Amino acid sequence: MHIVACIKQTPDTAAKVEVKDGHVTWGDAALVVNPWDEYAVEEGIRLKEKHGGKVTALSMGPETAKEALKTCLAMGCDEAILITDPALKGSDSTATAAVLSAAIQKMGDVDAVIFGRQAIDGDTGLTSIAVAAKLGWNALTYLSKIDAIDAAARTITVERLLEEGKQICDSKLPAVISVLKDINEPRYPSFMGIRKAAKASIPTWSAADLGLDPTKVGAAGSAVTWPEIYPPPAREGSVEIIDGTPEEIAAKLADKLMAEKVI
Amino acid sequence: MAMILVYVDQFKGTALSASWEVLGAAKKLAGEMSASVTALVLGHDAGDVAKEAFGYGADAVTLCDDPTLADFRAQPFAALLSKVCAEAKPDVVVGPNTTRVRELFGMAAASLGTSAIADGIALTLKDGAVYVTRPAYAGKLLSTVVAKSRRPQMITLRPRAFPKPEPNAGANGAITKVDAVLKEDEIATKVTGYAIDEGKVSLADARIIVSGGRGVGGPEGFAPVRELAEALNAAVGASRAAVDAGWIPYAHQVGQTGRTVSPDLYITCGISGAIQHQAGMRTSKLIVAINKDAEAPIFKLARYGIVGDLFKILPALSAEFKKRLGK
Repeated sequence: MHIVACIKQTPDTAAKVEVKDGHVTWGDAALVVNPWDEYAVEEGIRLKEKHGGKVTALSMGPETAKEALKTCLAMGCDEAILITDPALKGSDSTATAAVLSAAIQKMGDVDAVIFGRQAIDGDTGLTSIAVAAKLGWNALTYLSKIDAIDAAARTITVERLLEEGKQICDSKLPAVISVLKDINEPRYPSFMGIRKAAKASIPTWSAADLGLDPTKVGAAGSAVTWPEIYPPPAREGSVEIIDGTPEEIAAKLADKLMAEKVI
Repeated sequence: MAMILVYVDQFKGTALSASWEVLGAAKKLAGEMSASVTALVLGHDAGDVAKEAFGYGADAVTLCDDPTLADFRAQPFAALLSKVCAEAKPDVVVGPNTTRVRELFGMAAASLGTSAIADGIALTLKDGAVYVTRPAYAGKLLSTVVAKSRRPQMITLRPRAFPKPEPNAGANGAITKVDAVLKEDEIATKVTGYAIDEGKVSLADARIIVSGGRGVGGPEGFAPVRELAEALNAAVGASRAAVDAGWIPYAHQVGQTGRTVSPDLYITCGISGAIQHQAGMRTSKLIVAINKDAEAPIFKLARYGIVGDLFKILPALSAEFKKRLGK
């Protein structure tokens, strides 16, 4: 099987994200593999370990994203490819999906593409499904478990986590998958893996390498723009501490919550 | 006349409350842009949902009632939504931000040559385009997002961010029926079953959530949290620390790598309030924090704080609320 894990480089979840002069900054916080994507990379590696084949980590982003791809190689991905091109700046989810799906088609022999649930910066969660639409493949999103894959019969059985609970589905490969946190526990890169990744050279593909029309990528090819970004308003007021015996506290709090009409 | 299409998300023949919130938001927008509102109901034996849509303000209802639509699957639903959009040419398509609708709109938007906008919390009409306010960076920032020229504008709205209209039981209208686009043998994915916690309140649309964190100390520490949740008819949430420790399943996790929630009342029990947890609950209307550490960051977000031992306080709260709510 050839599995592609799509990843994005994002600021760490602990980063203090701020807006300065209309641009988002995160101080000196580390740039990491989008935390959701670690589960995608781990699941790809586990599928390879079980069924054979290889895992390619794929990212679209600036040159710095090579560091995130090196983390994927250190975890156990076999190859990594960065799609980088100034023309791709300002891509919305569908424009990003057009680029990723062109890269997946260029690879040619892909059985499954795995995404994390969403990127923790844009938080749209739309790119995976748009890639499925562009490729015309089955979409299996929000997976909490892959029960079985039969590589020869090209079938896959999965559990999806919906609002109401789990949905169990049988489907076919090739498929675009997005995974949730409880699907696995991502491994730490091994010492050997880190050494190997440090020496690896990561090939880069441009929009032209993918045969993409420059007027249909990046901001020019995007429907959605984001004219404004700003910090949310601070929560008003300060905390009122309720004290007394547990019973007194309970009575006081019940009075207040009933007066506020929230219960 | 301009038209707004509202996708009514339903599960097993029951519409999600968030679908009616979206219909209310669409109705308000329609007033500003002189548009009509059509509700789109896709499902099997979903005729009651279609009728209900008139009560929540739909001017017209389009229904596809077909066995292939009994369970949500992206492929047949997106094929149908794309066809309806291509024919009816709505200016705006809105639906609740659930797993299903995010997937449906994302797939249909890509086939219609546009992009969806997910998780809107406010809508503003300007120069003929809908500007959507939505959280980014897990709510650490807000952004305004717009699709200026391409149509339809496809937008999912966060549950509980818009008020649910009062239903008008007498409202009625004509239902337009449409056919499914794909036949069963053209659909690759088969739903073989569900594993659902019956009778439990879902986090996504809960009015009240009681959440436990590291301070509950272990899996058995969730017993008083659950008891309080039951007394309040609330859903049970958890912090990442409690989930990672294996005390409660991931489905309960609230925060940056869990669910984002906006209940009327959010009660934290033994949660310190790390920035990642705040990201998932900071839009709650009213927050009550219970923690033994008076310096915990959660008290900066809370309206009411209780500093003390949650194992003494929670049973007292459960008893008091049961008494007040007549349980």
